[in-house]
Amino acid sequence: MTALLEVRGLRVVFDGFAAIDGLDLTVEEGELRFLIGPNGAGKTTLIDVVTGLTKPTAGSVRFDGQELVGRREHRIVRLGVGRTFQTATVFEELTVVENLDLADSFRLPLRSLLRRRRGVSDAVAAALEAADLTALADKPAGVLSHGQRQWLEIGMLLVQRPRLLLLDEPVAGMSRSERERTGELLHRIAATHTVVVVEHDMEFLRKYARKVTVLHQGRVLREGSVAEVQEDPKVREVYLGRAKGKAVT
Amino acid sequence: MTLGRVSLVVCVVLLAVAPLALSPFRLGLLAKYLCFAIVAVGIALAWGQGGMLTLGQGVFFGLGGYAMAMYLKLEEAGSAGLPDFMVWSGVEELPALWEPFGNPVFALAAVVLVPGLVAFLLGLLVFRQRVRGAYFAILSQALAAAFVILLVGQQGLTGGTNGMTNFTRFFGLDLSDPNGQRAVYAITALVLGLTFLVAKLLVRSRFGRLLVAVRDGEDRVRFLGYDPAVVKTITFTVSAVMAGLAGALFVPVVGIISPALLGIVPSLELLVGVAVGGRFVLAGAIAGAIAVNYAKTVFSEDFAEGWLYLQGGLFVLVLVFAPKGLAGVVESARLRWGRKPAEVVA
Ligand SMILES: Nc1ncnc2c1ncn2[C@@H]1O[C@H](COP(=O)(O)OP(=O)(O)O)[C@@H](O)[C@H]1O
Ligand SMILES: [Mg+2]
Repeated sequence: MTALLEVRGLRVVFDGFAAIDGLDLTVEEGELRFLIGPNGAGKTTLIDVVTGLTKPTAGSVRFDGQELVGRREHRIVRLGVGRTFQTATVFEELTVVENLDLADSFRLPLRSLLRRRRGVSDAVAAALEAADLTALADKPAGVLSHGQRQWLEIGMLLVQRPRLLLLDEPVAGMSRSERERTGELLHRIAATHTVVVVEHDMEFLRKYARKVTVLHQGRVLREGSVAEVQEDPKVREVYLGRAKGKAVT
Repeated sequence: MTLGRVSLVVCVVLLAVAPLALSPFRLGLLAKYLCFAIVAVGIALAWGQGGMLTLGQGVFFGLGGYAMAMYLKLEEAGSAGLPDFMVWSGVEELPALWEPFGNPVFALAAVVLVPGLVAFLLGLLVFRQRVRGAYFAILSQALAAAFVILLVGQQGLTGGTNGMTNFTRFFGLDLSDPNGQRAVYAITALVLGLTFLVAKLLVRSRFGRLLVAVRDGEDRVRFLGYDPAVVKTITFTVSAVMAGLAGALFVPVVGIISPALLGIVPSLELLVGVAVGGRFVLAGAIAGAIAVNYAKTVFSEDFAEGWLYLQGGLFVLVLVFAPKGLAGVVESARLRWGRKPAEVVA
């Protein structure tokens, strides 16, 4: 196996506070990697750096051997890195199918963009199916429920056909049945893509995770299988400490 | 036929019979409104569809207008002479900048290319730097102010405060003859039709959908693999070209081009019609521009001072109570009567 994503010596400082503090991470081609850690551990910030949204203070991010740091967001997408957001953002005035079509069309030359969309591409049709949104295809995305928005966002990521998918808390705020559906979807996606998922829903983790990386205070605390990570005393302390903190407030 | 189609046919018929029904004076006024309507289509694209609140369309209107005026003045002066205003301000030799405008092909190309190029370069610069929202609005307004200062300062080149006036001919048409005026009206109406068509096609294309996406979530669009700066620059350029065409037609229609027509206030006035008619709907923007300018004519005849207040009040009222303008009001009325809703971007 070869490394698809290599993060080395990463540091991100916001106003003197190091959100990421010397982080190394390697994700192999074809992997499904779970990223966990208490709130504020730097998970979202890591995704932000990989996708060009946040500029790091130091360190490098290599994707398939190419340096990503310093590239603009859409360039990184064009190299094959896609992401979703912690709060799903879709274009509410556009219909579901238009949202998907835009995600599908970025490879088109400008003169094709200037034409009207005719019908639905195979990729879009497949994503509609996968996200269970076929019946809502021509509805504005603004009418979708919270869970449906998250699926639409995952669908958009699928038609984008990235080599690396970064999902930030894809089941947050979902009902139990929605979580299950998302898990199955994730499972299918992971069969053909390299996926990094931020998620700390433990049940979800136990069910779908293979390899887990635990972040804490901007560093990697532990890496291993779900069982290994769960038994690690340091990890327990971090999560326990957080639980204690919660109980106090 | 849908209501939209019916209204379109009615409008085309009205515009076609106007030369028969209206006096030359009234027809000239209508042609002037149509010029503003052409600008309005561009503003509806940039602002309504693209979220770029452009308060400086007067600049592009002016660039188109001056390019046309320079050609007409040279044509009139003949091969040896100088334009009248240059003689008055003591210019003895034709400035180099003016030379190529004696060529009609060059002048017509300039009408389109100069506003387009200025908007393109400005857009690249500004949108790449992620200047947007109120900052972009203020910047475009400052541009309008600077443009006027430049025009006024270059008396010998531009005619200064007075601008240029006394145009007698337009590509072989006699502008003092009613038939010549009818022809100019027809050209203006035709250009408005073409502008509308181009804008409509653009709005309905994938690019149009992308533009709405950029308006509603510029930062999200980047993660779909597009550069919003490119999308905005293209749209801004198209809207500037439309304003330039309108300015060029304004010259033979009204017979004058001067800085007073292009500054901050006139640029804002262009926006008022679009806001009133409805910036999200192209036809609404056109109707708004015509209606507001008609109202201006009517009110200015009786109480010129009051018009400014009335217009300002109208603008605020619309933005507060009907941000989608008249088109939005019509749309909700249709929804209320249980009719099929029109397309969001008709
Ligand atoms: N733009 C920002 N400015 C300042 N601080 C930030 C910014 N983004 C994140 N942080 C801080 O960085 C830390 C890591 O945040 P984040 O990556 O969102 O954590 P996680 O996703 O693991 O919960 C938090 O303490 C957060 O407050
Ligand atoms: Mg987070």
